[in-house]
Amino acid sequence: MIPLITAQTVAFWVFAPLAVAGALGMVLSRKPVHSALSLAGMMVALGCLYASLDAPFLFVAQIIVYTGAVMMLFIFTMMIVGVDSVDSLVETIRGQRVASTIAVGALAVLLIVALSQGFVTASQGLEGANTAHGGNVQGVAQYVFGPFVFAFELTAALLLVAALAAIILAHGERLKKRETHKDRVRRRTRQYAEQGTDPGPLPGPGIYARHNSADYPALLPDGSVAENSISPTLRVRGVAIVENDGLRSAHRAAITKFVAVGDEAAGTDLADEVAAELDDFGRPELPAGDADTEEQER
Amino acid sequence: MNPAAYLVLSAILFSTGLLGFLIRRNALIAFMSVELMLNSANLALISFSYANGNLLGQVGAFFVMVVAAGEVVIGLAIIMIIFRTRRSASVDDQNQLKY
Repeated sequence: MIPLITAQTVAFWVFAPLAVAGALGMVLSRKPVHSALSLAGMMVALGCLYASLDAPFLFVAQIIVYTGAVMMLFIFTMMIVGVDSVDSLVETIRGQRVASTIAVGALAVLLIVALSQGFVTASQGLEGANTAHGGNVQGVAQYVFGPFVFAFELTAALLLVAALAAIILAHGERLKKRETHKDRVRRRTRQYAEQGTDPGPLPGPGIYARHNSADYPALLPDGSVAENSISPTLRVRGVAIVENDGLRSAHRAAITKFVAVGDEAAGTDLADEVAAELDDFGRPELPAGDADTEEQER
Repeated sequence: MNPAAYLVLSAILFSTGLLGFLIRRNALIAFMSVELMLNSANLALISFSYANGNLLGQVGAFFVMVVAAGEVVIGLAIIMIIFRTRRSASVDDQNQLKY
């Protein structure tokens, strides 16, 4: 006998594995953005299951409210909190990960065994309930604006209060006085007097380097890297190239080539001498016996 | 389709969410796991509605959705202010809330 395969069965076996995969991806991803993406996929899969369960209104609400609004809020918060905040693998409570995995596995077995034995009758379906009011949306509205109208009004108040509370909570109080131009001048002059920091503007990136992109530091006239020419954020993230060997090698190659061409034309032999000179050029003066640091610097 | 299949799926998703909430240290991901658990409860409500042939389960899921939206707004605002003061989104760093 061929079992009856309905569209609902197909939808279940297509979207249920997707939902489980999305949930597992959310839990197991190292990066928060990957987690958010997996969760969004899981929510879309669940929405499709809602549609197959004769709940078109909740299908649309799921897509709009969850994947649209809620996940967008998550992504925005992630943007502020920092996308690259990966979890530390250090356990605060010893053995917590193993213990919670065992406990959750036990709970899952309990729930699955209990729930799979609870229902013995087949589903009644929602055709009757949906057609009784002229459609699913109308049917849900009959309840929401009928017996549950007070709860519905309360949720309206709840959402309003939540929006206000979010505005109040996320509103940043100015903790320090705003720094005016006068204050800035004073601070920079004081720093110049005390630490010798240059009071002028910071150098722009990539002026003397091969590229003029923002993550290439400028080279100082002595061939070393001007570290303050790139944004500190890029430096912290490790995006920017701060070793100057790569940058300087281009200068070295260009000048050596230039001298070699000159040698050929004039019959002199300056190329090796200039190359040796360029190797010494710009090397920081280090105290003797500090070979390790010197190696790093080069 | 047997309604038990949907309930089993809902149980699996709920357990996954609980696992994520327990083992992940990033406050945002822990919060996403709570959302996952709410979603699995919604799936259970909607499949109950389908199995019993009335729309009350869908109304319940609708209210869960509304409350979850409000909860997300407040929760994320709290995560943001904690991040602003502690410079960290890890739940382990919020140990000043202990006493």
